[in-house]
Order: sequence, then C-alpha cells, then structure tokens
Amino acid sequence: MSVSSTPGAISVKSAWWNSRTFRRFVRHRLAALGVVMVIILTLACIIGPYLLPYNDLYIDLRARFSPPLTGYHFLGTDPLGRDLAARLLMAGRISMLVGFAAMVLSTLIGATIGVVAGYYGGRIGTVLMRFVDAVLSFPSIFLLLALAAFIKPSPIMITVIIAITSWMEVARIVEAEVRSLRERDFIMAARMLGLSNRWIMFRELLPNAMGPIIVAATLTVARAILLEAYVSFLGYGIQPPLPSWGNMLNGAQQYLQSAPWLAIIPGVAITLAVTSFNFIGDGLRDALDARSDLN
Amino acid sequence: MTRYILNRLGQSLVLLVLVSMIGFAVLNLAPGGPLSQFALTPGMTQADLDRISAQMGLDRPLIVQYADWFWRLLRGDWGRSFRDSRPVLDVISGHFGATLLLMGTATVISVTIGTWVGIKGATKRYSIFDYAATVGAMVALSIPTFWFGLVAIYIFSLKLGWLPAGNMYTIGNGSFLDYAVHLIMPAMVLALVDVAVWSRYMRTATLDVINQDFVRTARAKGMTPRRVLMKHVVGNALLPMITLAGLQVPTLLGGALVTETVFTWPGMGRLFLDSLGYQDYPVVMGLLMFSAILVLLSNLAADLLTAFVDPRIRLT
Repeated sequence: MSVSSTPGAISVKSAWWNSRTFRRFVRHRLAALGVVMVIILTLACIIGPYLLPYNDLYIDLRARFSPPLTGYHFLGTDPLGRDLAARLLMAGRISMLVGFAAMVLSTLIGATIGVVAGYYGGRIGTVLMRFVDAVLSFPSIFLLLALAAFIKPSPIMITVIIAITSWMEVARIVEAEVRSLRERDFIMAARMLGLSNRWIMFRELLPNAMGPIIVAATLTVARAILLEAYVSFLGYGIQPPLPSWGNMLNGAQQYLQSAPWLAIIPGVAITLAVTSFNFIGDGLRDALDARSDLN
Repeated sequence: MTRYILNRLGQSLVLLVLVSMIGFAVLNLAPGGPLSQFALTPGMTQADLDRISAQMGLDRPLIVQYADWFWRLLRGDWGRSFRDSRPVLDVISGHFGATLLLMGTATVISVTIGTWVGIKGATKRYSIFDYAATVGAMVALSIPTFWFGLVAIYIFSLKLGWLPAGNMYTIGNGSFLDYAVHLIMPAMVLALVDVAVWSRYMRTATLDVINQDFVRTARAKGMTPRRVLMKHVVGNALLPMITLAGLQVPTLLGGALVTETVFTWPGMGRLFLDSLGYQDYPVVMGLLMFSAILVLLSNLAADLLTAFVDPRIRLT
C-alpha cells in the first residue's frame, strides 16, 4: 500500500481518472466487465419490476409451469403460476441487499478487531487473533446453518448471521497491514503529538489500510451472496413469500425433470452476480497492489 | 524438531479450548437453551421443566456447566441423539465414512487437475491457456455448488441418463462399480471449487520457485527445461500446497454438506441437515464440534508434515 496519500507527504495533485490505480483497474477488462454487470443487475432489480406486466406475488394457477417465453412470461412461471422474471428481480433486490449489508457489517467487525489486534499487539493481539483462528476452524456453512436454525430467520437476522461468520478474513488482512504500518514514522509522529490510541487506530492506521480492506470487502459481497443462497436453498434463510435467489431454488429440485428452468434461471443470476463481484475484487487487488507490476 | 512439534501441539490445544467455548456459546444460543425441546411437549409444566433442568445440571453456574461439558467432550461422551437415543459419536462415525470417501475422491481429482493447470499456467504465463484458466477458476469459485449439482443431475441423469441422480449405491447391488458410478458426479461437483483454488495457488507457488536462483543455476548447467521443472520446481512448489490442503478442509466440509444434500449422499452434511430438521441439537452440536476438531487436526497434520518434509521450517 502506498503511504503517499497521508497528510504531510508530498503528493502530486492529479485527476482521479488519470491516476495509475484507475488506469490499471480499467486495463483489467474483467473487472470493468464486472462493474458493468453489477450496474446492469442493480438497475434491473430496481427498475425492472415496474416494467414487467406481472407482479411477483400474483398467483395464476392456470399458468402454472409455463416454460420461458410463454406470452409475457419471459422466463416462464413457477409451480403457483407466479411470473419468474418478476420474482427473479424482486429476489435480486433481497439477495444483493443482504449481500451488501452483510459485507458492510462484517467489514466493520473485521476491521475493528483487526486494527485493535494489530495496533496493540502483544497479549491482546494474540488472544484476538487466536479467536479469529478458532472461528475459522468451523466450516462456515455449518456454523451459519446452526445459528440460522436457532434464531428466528428474518432478512436482518440472516444478514447479521452471515456477517458473524464472514468477518475473519478482513480481520486477518487488517491485522497484518496494521502490524506493518505500526512502526512507520507517521505513526511515531502521531504518538509524539500525543494523539489518543483511538485516533491513531481509526484516523491514521485504518485509512492507510483502506486498499486491502476494499478488496476484501468486494470479495465479501460475493461470498455473502453465495452464503445467503446456500442457507435459503436449504430452507433456513430468507423465508417465502419473500423471494431470494436461494429460496427460489429451494423447491426446484423436485421439478428438475418437468420444469428445469426453475432450477437453471436463479442459479444463473447468482453466478452472474457473484462472478461480477469476484472480478471486481480481483481487478481492485491488481490495481491497488504495487507489487503486481513485478509479477 | 521436537520443540517445533511441542509448540505446534500447544497451539492446537489452545485453539481446541477456544473452539469449545464458541461451540458452548452456540449451544446456549438455542432458544430456551438446551431445554427447548422439552418445552414444546404438551402438558409440560414449569415444575417439570425445573426438574429436568436440575437433572441436566442446567441450574449450575455457566462456568461449571462449561467445564463439565468440555470434560465430557474430551472423554468422548457427547450425549445422546434426541431422535434415536444412540450416542452422538456413534451416529456421527456412522456417517463419517461416506463423507470421507466423497472428500477424499474430490481432493484427488482437484489436486491432480489443479496441480497440472497451475504448473502449465505458470510455465506458459500470459498464454491463452493461462487466461482461460484464470477466468475459469474465478467463475468456478462463483458458481453455487448446489446449483452446479442440480445442473449436473439435469444433464447427466435426466437428459443423458448416464449417471444415477443420487444415493451412494443401488439397493441390492453393492459392487465396486456401482459405488464408483454413484460417486463420480458428487465428487466432481465438490471438486469444482477446490480445483479452482488449487490451480490458483499452484500457479503462484510455481512462479515463486521459477524465479529463484537455484532454478537459474539448474538451467545454466544445461538441464532440459522439462527436467528442471520436474526435479527442482514442482517439488518445491508443492511444499506450500501441504498447508493449503489443511486450510481447504473447512471449505471442503462445507461443500460436502451442500453436495450431500443435492445428491442425497448419506454423509455428515446430510446428517447435519436432517438433525437440524428434527431439532436434534446434541447431534447438531456434535457435528459442529466434530468438524471443527477435524479442521484443527488436519491443519496440525499439514503443518507437521510440512516441517517434516521441509528442513527450512524445522530449523527456525
């Protein structure tokens, strides 16, 4: 990570679109593709439902199991005759919102624990990082399902539970970053100025660790969308009638023979969204990591 | 070496204690605590609940309960299943073999393919193959395992009719071939994510080794590139992979859970979901602790193996 953006260091003012980071990011075509796909998916989920002729909750038993492209049912209908396209877009709102909110929450938890562990080091740092190791010892899906089964599932609780099981990566990254920044001159200077520990941690150290945090956060969105899909698929996540990409797949297996589009379409949506966020995260990592020039 | 082993063992013990604390916390998170399953029984009075609570030792301070629970965990007394009153460890070990078979096969597949893709990607860097492998790995990491399983069933079982859609064997036919035919699809589906991870890491590790002085020396000696690769690069690049194999165990276990659900494979993951459905909390807790301990042990084994193979680690 570059430290040149810290106050006091000499920095040449230049437009952000001209910066090396931005150019490298664009050069990473996959990341650009990812950004475009995320924008399209988001817009489709926000605006799309208003443009479709059907409401996602409208049940039409005469139109059950219509295959895609039947009349105005562009993606067909489900076992209750509800329009799949409308459900897919409404589900996208929920799934992406849960993924995004879980990312924010888990990044907050992870960054806080990481910066405290890295800054104080010593016994506090060891205990915190061992705790991180211990949580990582549980396969996250097992932990997630156990918690989701114990706690009454609502979209907010699912978000919280996903965050609880996915903050460890961020904590590790931030801890390592802070540990190496801690000995730098500008932190020494901040200490000499008598700034409080809290100020140093959250105003000096965290901003300088922002690059890796953003990368990890982007990848966490992808992970959170996947985790939500897993728990909802297994019936412990978002509960119907609220649609999510995961719970749309929940009953799909029994209709695999007669109505395969029920299983295929939501999965494509999940894969598209998750791939996009993974592409963006990977591109950001290349763009922000000065070392990637060497490889 | 002895010191390293002792040190590493100590670390694992500390982690085991921390893991057990988290497990105990989750256990007490269950609504109404461990008593919840009795509270639902019709005709249960508060007095009955209090009596059961005293019998189960739930009226003691939390720390005493924890110590008792941890001690029984160590002794192998993990309680009894609510469903059929069999000891939890017996129930788990009855399903462990199937999961182990699935995970083992998936690992063999992913290590073989992943190593090859990684080395080829590193030696032919920036080739079309390398780009395709990079993009392919990222897409593979993004595909939900259960959905991939559903698509595989749709194509290979329903459309082509080549492979059975689920279960571990056909009843009344326990031949090796029958097992193998049932194993192929779930193992491939489970291996998908692992291949991606493995090939990425193998590519990085190979690149690290290729740029080192001893490889240049070997080339300067006039060794053929193939011999350099086989004799000097691959072995050294595989060293960090031992650690990776250990670190992949939680992902693999989680993937196994999902794969087993889709393919009705009678393993631990399937058992976990069934137990959740029956609110069979002792088995749920047992599986949670069992998988965490499995992860701890495999990480320990991976580290010790690395130290055993790589003298550089032993000496520091």
